[in-house]
Amino acid sequence: MKKIYGVLAGVLAMLAVASFASAADPLTINGAGATFPYPLYSKWFYEYSNANPGVRFNYQSIGSGGGIKQITAGTVNFGATDAPMTEEGMKKLPGAILHIPTALGAVVPVYNLDGVPAGLKFTPDVLAGIYLGKITRWNDPKIAELNKTVTMPNADIVVAHRSDGSGTTDIFTNYLTTVNTEWRAKVGRGPSVNWPVGIGGKGNEGVAGVVKQTPGAIGYVELAYAKQNKMKVGSLRNKEGLFVAPTLEATSAAAAGMAKSMPDDFRVSLVDAPGKESWPISGLTWILVYKDQKDEARGKAIVQFLKWAIRDGQKMEAALDYAALPKPVVEKVDVALKQISFKGKSLY
Amino acid sequence: MARKTGGNIKDLLFERATGAFAFLVLFLAVLLFAVLLRESIPALRKFGASFLVTGTWDPVLEKFGALPFIYGTLVSSFLAILIAVPLSVGAAIFINEFAPPWMKTPVSFLAELLAAIPSVIYGLWGIFVLVPVLRDVLMKPVTKYLGWIPLFKGPVYGPSMLAAGVLLSIMIIPFILSVSREVLATVPQRQKEAVLSLGGTRWEMLRIVIGQHCIPGIFGATILGLGRALGETMAVTMVIGNRPEAILSLFQPGYSMAAVIANEFTEAVGDVYLSSLVLIGLILFAMTLAVNLAAKWILTKMVARASRGI
Repeated sequence: MKKIYGVLAGVLAMLAVASFASAADPLTINGAGATFPYPLYSKWFYEYSNANPGVRFNYQSIGSGGGIKQITAGTVNFGATDAPMTEEGMKKLPGAILHIPTALGAVVPVYNLDGVPAGLKFTPDVLAGIYLGKITRWNDPKIAELNKTVTMPNADIVVAHRSDGSGTTDIFTNYLTTVNTEWRAKVGRGPSVNWPVGIGGKGNEGVAGVVKQTPGAIGYVELAYAKQNKMKVGSLRNKEGLFVAPTLEATSAAAAGMAKSMPDDFRVSLVDAPGKESWPISGLTWILVYKDQKDEARGKAIVQFLKWAIRDGQKMEAALDYAALPKPVVEKVDVALKQISFKGKSLY
Repeated sequence: MARKTGGNIKDLLFERATGAFAFLVLFLAVLLFAVLLRESIPALRKFGASFLVTGTWDPVLEKFGALPFIYGTLVSSFLAILIAVPLSVGAAIFINEFAPPWMKTPVSFLAELLAAIPSVIYGLWGIFVLVPVLRDVLMKPVTKYLGWIPLFKGPVYGPSMLAAGVLLSIMIIPFILSVSREVLATVPQRQKEAVLSLGGTRWEMLRIVIGQHCIPGIFGATILGLGRALGETMAVTMVIGNRPEAILSLFQPGYSMAAVIANEFTEAVGDVYLSSLVLIGLILFAMTLAVNLAAKWILTKMVARASRGI
């Protein structure tokens, strides 16, 4: 019997300690949204919480649409999205919101063709033609004339796309909508579209699976995913008429090319960006925060974190295959962060 | 069932509590239906009954129709049943009647183990093993020689209605197999011996006992499998090709109702879009309900006939 009392006392003591500790719990910042930057954000949250034990993050990677829904409803402290909010969506918000760019992503064409090396050249019209179902064979003269050094096989093109709604698809279709009038008229842009041809794969891994398993397949995935899985990526002719290979540098170059004309709210598309080195299918990913914070401590913590993210955080991007924000953009973001306030007082 | 006055209070409490649990299940089903119905009102308003027969799915223009998904769910599920039922029933007969004792336990154990594998694992296996094999070994040769038959029309990609059907059949085999075994085991030994003692062969014995005794049970097992096939999401979406088109050819990609909901729900923006996805969920709910009710009805008839026959 004595033993039991001893154990009970121990348990009670532990409970007491636990409840005491919970009184000094770190501040938890809740966020939800895009899946694309999730690996980067996880790393950031981990590193930042290590350096600042007073702050913890809880991020649910439920997709950009979900992130927008939750920040609109006010159930999270920040949202995250790969596509900027629409005017219509912003009207539903209870207050003004800021789009804070955190990283850059690129979408790249990948293919599976025996005997054809990586770096196959595509023009915007050829890529659109393939996805419209107008170019159906790999030895089509339109592809062959761009790639004179390669013998193009006489094989069917199997088109693969994402079946789940995703920011990747949004950037890709935004690009095709921007560069090709027929695509704009027939299909348009969005996280899911009515694809004229092709097979849908769920997630980057689904598209990669179809491409890897199907000879003659072409698909589009995030740059990081193509790199990590050593897939054959194509190069694409950009706005300046030069063929560029998708790299982190070429992605950052797209943002640098847009820096001058970047609006103050950062709701800008980077597809078909100017600049000789720019990769044309690039996009920003944003964290969404309300301009007027309701809770001073939380608001302050978010602002401090974002300040850190656009400085120290940027150094961690390349290792995880994200492209860092170019310097002019970082400076611009810094100005925007000063607008976040609590009862009119800046939290910067 | 008459309640004794002054009965045990514990009995009364127990009865009330279990009654409440039973009611809760019913309440949940009704609530589910009500919420699905409420959320699908914008889509119902906009499209009405034409939603069922429209083949377009365009999130950009907000034009939606469920036909390709209904078609894909039905075709892939029935294909799965078509493959799984003969296989499972055959295997059940073998394990119960012919297999040497040392084989029975491991074979049935392994078959039932198939039921414990998560569907995402089936899906991955489907992408990397099943689809390439089906494509190269079955679909390509068949479409080459029999491509003029609409069911086998090319071109062959790999992910297809056929791949979904085959994968689903593998997933539902353990259910049909184990229920079929139970059903076969209920046949009284004396009846089997009676047939054999009258000079019947084993085949005749099986035909008679199965025909007389087991058909309703096997039908029930089939419905159990069908129910699972209709709602399967992850594995199907990974191999079906996710193309919202109702095409007759089994070698062409298709789409299923559960798959489109899983794929597009998280990023669906706009009321009509979201509501259309919920409406697909409502149709799937109604379809599963209808299948089960029809099965119940047929089963009652069958049991009545079978008991008359013996």
